[in-house]
Amino acid sequence: MSAQRFRRIVQLSRLKRLTPIALCLCAIELTTSGCSQGVLAPVGPVADGERLILLDALGIMLLIAVPTILATLWFAWWFRASNRAALYRPDWAYSDKLEVLVWAIPALVVLFLGGVAWIGSHQLDPARPLESSVRPLEVQVVSLDWRWLFIYPEQHIATINRLVIPVGAPVHFRITSSSVMNVFFVPRIGSEIYAMNGMATQLNLLARDIGQFPGLSAQFSGDGFSDMTFNTDVVSEKGFHDFVVGAGASPNRLDAAAYLSLSRQSRSAEVKLFSKVANGMFDDIVSRHLPPGSGPEPSALSILPR
Amino acid sequence: MFGRLTWQAIPWSEPIPLIAAGVVGLGLAAIVAWVFAKGYAPYIWKEWITSVDHKRIGVMYCLLALVMLLRGFSDAVMMRSQQVLAFHGGGYLPPDHYNQIFSAHGTIMIFFVAMPFVIGLMNFVVPLQLGIRDVAFPTLNSVSFWLTAAGALLVNISLVVGEFARTGWLPYPPLSELQYSPGVGVDYYLWSLQISGAGTLLSGINLVTTAMLLLDRYLGFHFFTNEMGGNPMMFVNLIWVWGHPEVYILVLPAFGVFSEVISTFSGKPLFGYRSMVAATMAICVLSWLVWLHHFFTMGAGADVNGFFGIMTMIIAVPTGVKVYNWLFTMYGGKVRFEPPMLWSIGFMVTFVIGGMTGVLMAVPPADFVLHNSLFLVAHFHNVIIGGVLFGAFAGYNYWFPKAFGFRLDEKWGRRAFWLWFVGFYTAFMPLYVLGLLGMTRRMQHFDRPEWYPWVLVAAAGAGLITLGICAQVIQLAVSIRDRALLRDITGDPWDGRTLEWATASPPPAFNFAVMPNVKGEEPYWGMKTKARELAHLLTAEPSYQPISVPRNTATGVVTAFFAVVIGFAMIWRIYWLAGIGFIGVYAAFVVFAWRDRSEEEIPAAEVARRDRENRLVRTSALAKGA
Repeated sequence: MSAQRFRRIVQLSRLKRLTPIALCLCAIELTTSGCSQGVLAPVGPVADGERLILLDALGIMLLIAVPTILATLWFAWWFRASNRAALYRPDWAYSDKLEVLVWAIPALVVLFLGGVAWIGSHQLDPARPLESSVRPLEVQVVSLDWRWLFIYPEQHIATINRLVIPVGAPVHFRITSSSVMNVFFVPRIGSEIYAMNGMATQLNLLARDIGQFPGLSAQFSGDGFSDMTFNTDVVSEKGFHDFVVGAGASPNRLDAAAYLSLSRQSRSAEVKLFSKVANGMFDDIVSRHLPPGSGPEPSALSILPR
Repeated sequence: MFGRLTWQAIPWSEPIPLIAAGVVGLGLAAIVAWVFAKGYAPYIWKEWITSVDHKRIGVMYCLLALVMLLRGFSDAVMMRSQQVLAFHGGGYLPPDHYNQIFSAHGTIMIFFVAMPFVIGLMNFVVPLQLGIRDVAFPTLNSVSFWLTAAGALLVNISLVVGEFARTGWLPYPPLSELQYSPGVGVDYYLWSLQISGAGTLLSGINLVTTAMLLLDRYLGFHFFTNEMGGNPMMFVNLIWVWGHPEVYILVLPAFGVFSEVISTFSGKPLFGYRSMVAATMAICVLSWLVWLHHFFTMGAGADVNGFFGIMTMIIAVPTGVKVYNWLFTMYGGKVRFEPPMLWSIGFMVTFVIGGMTGVLMAVPPADFVLHNSLFLVAHFHNVIIGGVLFGAFAGYNYWFPKAFGFRLDEKWGRRAFWLWFVGFYTAFMPLYVLGLLGMTRRMQHFDRPEWYPWVLVAAAGAGLITLGICAQVIQLAVSIRDRALLRDITGDPWDGRTLEWATASPPPAFNFAVMPNVKGEEPYWGMKTKARELAHLLTAEPSYQPISVPRNTATGVVTAFFAVVIGFAMIWRIYWLAGIGFIGVYAAFVVFAWRDRSEEEIPAAEVARRDRENRLVRTSALAKGA
């Protein structure tokens, strides 16, 4: 639901004094909007699997949690001191049958969920290649302070703050950071994974639907953290080809000097394209042949960066 | 001369911290002036500040927690309002300020609210329940308290002198290393935790880990830096090997409070006592085997993730057992809905939900989309507020009459509970939804329209909680005003079952005139029932002996003073001042170690007077009951 619409409902409710109805409308609107965005609206097999496991696990637990909550409220109310009809057993404090039951119920649930967790964590291991007849696209992700650098090593191009991937093709990401930790995350496509300096993590994703899906950093990384958003454009095969050609025509080159300038702190949301990416740039960042980002500028390096 | 400290350290251009500090400063000055004007100063110095009585120290811990709760909660209100105002805009808190606020909120709420609150309750009640006269090391207890207070003071100094950490409450390197956080904020964090941690000895690993980061920042060690062979993941591992057991350190004492309260207000013994003990021990052990679930998304393999996911879920078994045992404690009882019981029932409902979302995130593939999202934030507030804080409030209402000799006002207690309870759900259920909508924690601004309505609802919840806290302040004020009406003469206002209710309210310095003879799990209930049957006290008046109690000492407060000096001096790199601080601490210990008298004697006549009063009210209560 858009904010405008929400405001309109609120205004309407003020005009017509129909607050309860407006509140119900809001609730319905909010719930449906909740399902059309975010991790419950997957657009790829990884996110599908994660949504399924999430809902399954939740369902299993609700079977136990809901009766427990109801029993709590019921017991507390029924055994209220003023209720003469209630049973009174002031010394009852042990029952071996119940004892077995109270250990068995949670244990059985956990046994069941443990199976889900074990199988799920293997099937949806971020490092595990996805089954597909299409050859995976390689994308190398570098989190900068505070932007995202996407390198397409096979195409020798790179972008800042915009990820473009072809629909239906598996993508193999290698992820690192130029400086502090970040987390690469496109909620509707699937798993998030840490970006850490000196290390390369791996992630395999696939987008099923064409469209634009927001991505962000899920690990706080400093003053520019909230600006570390990017759009993921899932495009047709032709669209991807056009993108590669377009980026290849960019006058910007990504060499060591350009990278060093990118690794300085910046909150710019500007999308940039680079052609002619130096070979092995990602590995040079991981191995620190290219030095880590410099952090706050010397001018901001007064004792108090207020 | 003054290291890095200059006039620029005071945020002249930022009205919010200056005004807040001004108001707090004036408030403190007013209290101090009032204390001196009324001539209470010697009493407060002799009976409280230098006291080594576990009861007094417990009360001071709880007071510290309540005061810091106000500070930590103001941070929460600022965070919620910032996110409301920062939709498609910058809000009113720039990132450098907003980032300090959420870092301070987490640090304060865990280390200076939850910890002191549960430590305070334990300090107050455990020796009483055990039927003993004090803790093993009373002076150490006082030093611990004052060091905790010193840490809290340093955090608050950072409001006006310099800045607090902008890294989150667990300062992950490399962000927290000198290169990326050159300011004094992380130093404030480190020193306030080192000082309070030295006092409470939270756990060895906490100390070791923060100490390693300290060495990185001060002496150029490279444990966690990006370069020179350091590894930031090591910090993340170590901090969570401490951090996860820490949440159980917090919640297990709260579980203890609930066991006491639910049993007392159901008028029944705790159901399945042995299971409860076994469950607690199981949680103690398992809590050390789950830390990796804080970073399933750092790229560990499927086997590692699967293992730690399952270990985490297994903790739900003993925890579930506890919930069921509380449930069956109510079964067949006569449940009285006094405020402590309301908090306990509120806890049972809320904690089941929080536990469920916790187990949900223990499933690695679910965590892959929920990690670091507002779903996580909702989960841990659900268990920490619903578990630890509700437990602390239950304990506060339950033992207040024991500590002060009068009850807290019930009407305002109920209002506080309901406002908190409804406020909690209004504030945190939307965060679950926001997490599912892909919103991560710690965002200073955002522009996604689907998040905005939920952010508004959450802010309304924070407003309700604000009213709940107001109700608690009013409850305390009203109770002090009406203390004559609320007076607890019997020493046993709730028809209690454990030994603390056998002595007077407030208990004498020596707790018990004669050490009670403990049999069974509910010794006092046993004595009381038997006495009720016989309609007279079980024991004849004993021959009273003088009792030795530890002498008061200023060691704690003096040590803490110099600890603040050391911390402040090290933060600003004023090394000569730090030297003075170290000499001061050392001197305080030398003076303490060379004291010639460590105990003083309460004469037999005084012991007899206090105990006869207690025997008299209890005899008359028996007569009335009969």
